[in-house]
Amino acid sequence: MLLNLTSLLAGLVFGLGLIVSGMANPAKVLGFLDLAGAWDPSLVLVMAGAVAVGTLAFAVAGRRSRSLIGADMKLPSARHIDRRLVVGSTLFGMGWGIAGFCPGPGLVALGMGEGKALVFVAAMLVGMGVFEWMERRGRMATLRSA
Amino acid sequence: MSIDWNAFTPWPALAGGILIGTAVGMFALLNGRIAGISGVVGGLLRPTRGDIAWRAAFVIGLVAAPIVYALFAAGPALQIDASYPLLVIAGLLVGIGTRYGSGCTSGHGVCGISRLSPRSLVATAVFMAAGFATVFVLRHLLVV
Repeated sequence: MLLNLTSLLAGLVFGLGLIVSGMANPAKVLGFLDLAGAWDPSLVLVMAGAVAVGTLAFAVAGRRSRSLIGADMKLPSARHIDRRLVVGSTLFGMGWGIAGFCPGPGLVALGMGEGKALVFVAAMLVGMGVFEWMERRGRMATLRSA
Repeated sequence: MSIDWNAFTPWPALAGGILIGTAVGMFALLNGRIAGISGVVGGLLRPTRGDIAWRAAFVIGLVAAPIVYALFAAGPALQIDASYPLLVIAGLLVGIGTRYGSGCTSGHGVCGISRLSPRSLVATAVFMAAGFATVFVLRHLLVV
């Protein structure tokens, strides 16, 4: 129960950060991605602020075997760079560049009652569903061939 | 490249970034997890027992953020220029791509760079490059 509450709070603070920084606004994100146009470097400072605090927190979190409130630590340990990582990130970057939305800002804009954000989030969920379907099919094919 | 000094908002950007860092930091320290939005949301589509409520709570927090923000200040105006068909294509690409590549701007970008994860550094470089290239093609070659 406590973990659900801290999760709600983390989501809320994350969303407030996206609003305050201007990153919930796709036009501002596209202003950063448009290197050849009139470039808006704001996103660099958003990342700098987030990574500065994040580095401190992860330095502490990485050394713990339990969280501060006793939860299991589930930080990823994978280090390999493979085709999935590169292909997936390329597709994501293309989608990001088309609309200026990544998952967090899409959900925050949905909370502002934006109809266009609803369309984006719905399509994103379908995309994630397609991924789950492909994964399940892949797992079953592996099971059959084993 | 020319910097658009009128659009550049260094202080709100830095302040918002610190809030985002605080959110991912508290999530790592309290919940023991990476606050990667695509992973949190995507996991809801692969429901396992005991793994749904915290994910839903995080998403509710994100969606409720503008409502809480509106209690203290006037909500910011959004500008979404993409047409509906383009939003559908963008959403599909973001949905499939983030799950296939195991992360997005939050999980790979903010959390991964904070942890100096080699996977995340590569992922972030790749999606940034793809984003720059896509905007260049759409705005300067095709002029959509």
